[in-house]
Amino acid sequence: MKSIILKTASNYLLPLLLLFAVFILLRGHYKPGGGFVGGLIASIAFVLHSFANGLQNTRKLLRYPPGAFIPVGLAISLLSGLAPMLIGKPFMSGEWLSVQVPIIGLIGTPLFFDIGVFFVVIGVTLTILFTISESIL
Amino acid sequence: MELLLLILVGVLYATGIFMMLRRSMVKLLIGLILLGNGANMLIFLLGGITRGKPPIIGDADKVLTGIYADPVPQSLILTAIVISFGLQSFAIVLLKRVHALIQTDDLNDLNTPDTSI
Amino acid sequence: MLIVVLSGFLFAFLTLLSGKLVRNSLSWFPALLPLALFIYFMSYIPVVAAGPVRFHYPWVTSMGVDLDFKLDGLAMLFSLLITGIGTCIFVYASYYLKGNKYLDRFFCYLSIFMAAMLGMVLADNLIILFIFWELTSISSYFLIGFNNEEKKSRRNALMALTITGAGGFLLMAGFILIGSISGTYSINSLIASGGSLQQHALYGWMILFIFAGAFTKSAQFPFHFWLPGAMVAPTPVSAYLHSATMVKAGIYLLARFTPILGHTTSWSTTLIIVGGITMLYSAFHSLQRIDLKEILAYSTIAALGTLVFLLGIGTSNALLAAAVFILVHALYKAALFMVAGILDHETGTRNIGMLRGLKKVMWPVALAGMLAAFSSAGIPLTFGFIGKELIYESTFHAPYIAVILTLIALFTNILILYAGFQAGIRPFTGKLSGVHQHLHIPSFRLWLPPLLLALLGVVLGIWPSLVDGPLIRPVYTALGETTILSPLLLWHGFNWVVVLSIVTIIAGCLLYYLFVPSRSYIPLTDKWLHLSPEALTVRLGRAFIHFSNRYTNLFHNGFLRSYVSVIIVFITCLLAMKLITGVDVHFDIKTNISDIRSYDIVIFLIIIAAIWKSISTSSRINAVASLSVVGYCICLLFVIYSAPDLAMTQFTIDTLTVVLFVLVLFRLPPFLKINDRRVILRDSVIATAFGLLIAIIALEVMNEPTTKDISKFYSENAYLLAKGKNVVNVMLVDFRGFDTLVEITVLTIAALGVYSLMKLRVSSTTKE
Repeated sequence: MKSIILKTASNYLLPLLLLFAVFILLRGHYKPGGGFVGGLIASIAFVLHSFANGLQNTRKLLRYPPGAFIPVGLAISLLSGLAPMLIGKPFMSGEWLSVQVPIIGLIGTPLFFDIGVFFVVIGVTLTILFTISESIL
Repeated sequence: MELLLLILVGVLYATGIFMMLRRSMVKLLIGLILLGNGANMLIFLLGGITRGKPPIIGDADKVLTGIYADPVPQSLILTAIVISFGLQSFAIVLLKRVHALIQTDDLNDLNTPDTSI
Repeated sequence: MLIVVLSGFLFAFLTLLSGKLVRNSLSWFPALLPLALFIYFMSYIPVVAAGPVRFHYPWVTSMGVDLDFKLDGLAMLFSLLITGIGTCIFVYASYYLKGNKYLDRFFCYLSIFMAAMLGMVLADNLIILFIFWELTSISSYFLIGFNNEEKKSRRNALMALTITGAGGFLLMAGFILIGSISGTYSINSLIASGGSLQQHALYGWMILFIFAGAFTKSAQFPFHFWLPGAMVAPTPVSAYLHSATMVKAGIYLLARFTPILGHTTSWSTTLIIVGGITMLYSAFHSLQRIDLKEILAYSTIAALGTLVFLLGIGTSNALLAAAVFILVHALYKAALFMVAGILDHETGTRNIGMLRGLKKVMWPVALAGMLAAFSSAGIPLTFGFIGKELIYESTFHAPYIAVILTLIALFTNILILYAGFQAGIRPFTGKLSGVHQHLHIPSFRLWLPPLLLALLGVVLGIWPSLVDGPLIRPVYTALGETTILSPLLLWHGFNWVVVLSIVTIIAGCLLYYLFVPSRSYIPLTDKWLHLSPEALTVRLGRAFIHFSNRYTNLFHNGFLRSYVSVIIVFITCLLAMKLITGVDVHFDIKTNISDIRSYDIVIFLIIIAAIWKSISTSSRINAVASLSVVGYCICLLFVIYSAPDLAMTQFTIDTLTVVLFVLVLFRLPPFLKINDRRVILRDSVIATAFGLLIAIIALEVMNEPTTKDISKFYSENAYLLAKGKNVVNVMLVDFRGFDTLVEITVLTIAALGVYSLMKLRVSSTTKE
């Protein structure tokens, strides 16, 4: 699938889609969206890029193997749950800063939890797809 | 509309099971996907369907008021959709692996009963 | 007391941890545990003589199961036997199995057994008793199968476990029955309310279950055959478990239940008949054996039969005789077994034809064997004499058929004497065979334990008052007897009982001198072998395996679709039956039903068409394309019916699934072209029925009013508590965040599974 149009388009589409994915992720608490959808959109962006430019280039672009996203995401989610325990609250109780940010709203532990989900979903999806497309049995 | 969805659920379940009873592994996989969709639709339908009222609190409000779609089945289905992706990919890979080993799509060739005394 | 009971388990664990030490330099060390416990129990003798001591540790009080322990006369007698003989056995085994690479394991099993046995005799709660009861069976299984590299060991261990396990199973049923009828699992309360259960309508079942447990454990006919088989165990095990302690567990159980369920006609008759048959059958069998341990095994069964028989007679005399005979038998039989073990260990054979004149080369062993044989024969001045007198006393004065009972006892005692002499005297008399000239006295750790036990038999015979007051009378009291009997005496004066004793000794000695044991007697019974309880059990087991095979092959045949169809058909039939009989199906959801718009119908028709295409097409790419159409249409439905989050997720997942399929599909084979019309028709019927059923159930659910409390809670608190306005997302990341955390972990596992499956390199050999 080495179409020039697709290749050119995907180079522009990748940052745009990623931006959109982050947008969807961050607004999830107030409007439709969230970590799952955001992660899936980001994965689609990378898959599209790999179709156009070849898997090796996408891997290069990512710099880290996709599997590395999984532990990072899991750690973020778990830490966001553990954080309230530092101030004596039970595991996974929500805590918020009082600063209001546009789109995101209040910044709090659920947001970080969602970011963790985002990374896990990217990691899982890309690991599965890249592994399958790479291996020739 | 509920009746149409009801028929849809029935058809998804029936075709899903039908495909799972085939001898072909790929058909088994298709059956699995159809059955998963059927289950999602069943939960969605039983939670009650509402047109055009997503469970999102308005900008000015603090609680959901009036008629709105039920959020509980929605979060259940959201989880189910994502998990089923994991399941499907695992099933596909397993299938591919088996195919690489035995070069067939026929489930009968996988048959090794537990007891062969 | 809890520590005392559990110390064996803890010790077993420690033995394993320090395996190397136990195997080498410190092999005598484990013997310290039974010794310490023995001293501990000895210190309780004066207390228990005055009255039972009770210990209470709450456990599952709500279900009436507490860790209650009671140290009364019966428990004391058994505890002393377990720990006292246990000490001897531990010392003996430390030399007997010297150099065995699994010695640590052996002591581990032995400690577990000792602890379980102690727990069982001390337990004052039926459930606790049952738990320890089963533990003794299991540790016995491990000990019988200790030489697990031999097929025979494994087979006999399994046989013993099957028989005792089946009995234990029925025993549990009996305990639960008794517990639910009387409302308590406490043995103490059961004894206190003694007599009330005997009149109950289910009394027959109760004693049936208790008997099943006791007879299997104590190797009564027709369950006796596991005990000779268990002789494949190392001799210390045979001496400890299969003569002195574990096989007496059934006797203990019967004795324990005598005040609760005993003293009825059905109780006595059954015990006398079963005990009597066991005595005669096994005494007769011991004549045909030439293997030392087998002779002893059959004479043990005969002795156990005697105990059951005495409990069955149930008079004050008989119960006292049983109490004494438990002690007598444990002392001499353990000693005889250990002597047999020494002979086996030193000469390498247990064939009594080949062992003669060994007294010249190992006199302490000969002394031990001789004293033990005298005690088993009931020669005056031994404790066995007193036991035998009491047995004749009780059969002689039995309330019915006294003559027959006495004759049975006489016959059995003659053969027990014969067996004792064969094991304890024959190997040491006569002319020493040339091959055994080089032998010399073994380590004191081998000969001292049996000698101690045999000497004790003589000491108690001369001064029976040593145990009479402190040990035997409390047992007698614990059995619920109050009649005052004359104390144990060396000499009762000349009467019929003494005549019987003399007849026994003379007849036994004649038999011993005139009868030459030989292998040639075995064929006499061999032609009946296929009718023996053992053969029948084996056949039953084979039939069961055969049945299981047939059954498994029928249902677990390896065809996924047959499993699926069996499950689906079963569920469909079950639910359909319930729907037809229980619920009336009706369509009255006219109220609050949403209207149908034209685009709904269009989407619906597209989905149906796509589904049809995906199942009917013969091209894989068409099937995948149709599936994605189904997915996108469902996504549209989500959009229309107010589920934006779902729509987005469904859309992206559907896209990725298509990508996934496209990546893999072309490396997969084309569909099989199998068009068996009948099969397709059958499957269509099954599938349609199932789909219809699901639809009808969904309809029924929709007819029912539902409460929306949970949704309401989330909707009302999403912003107030969790500061978010998208309720679905708030539920996922906040209210039910923990579930989501687990979900992403599951996804991770799926990814790892995919990764490892794909990267796994399969070598050409495993490709078969």
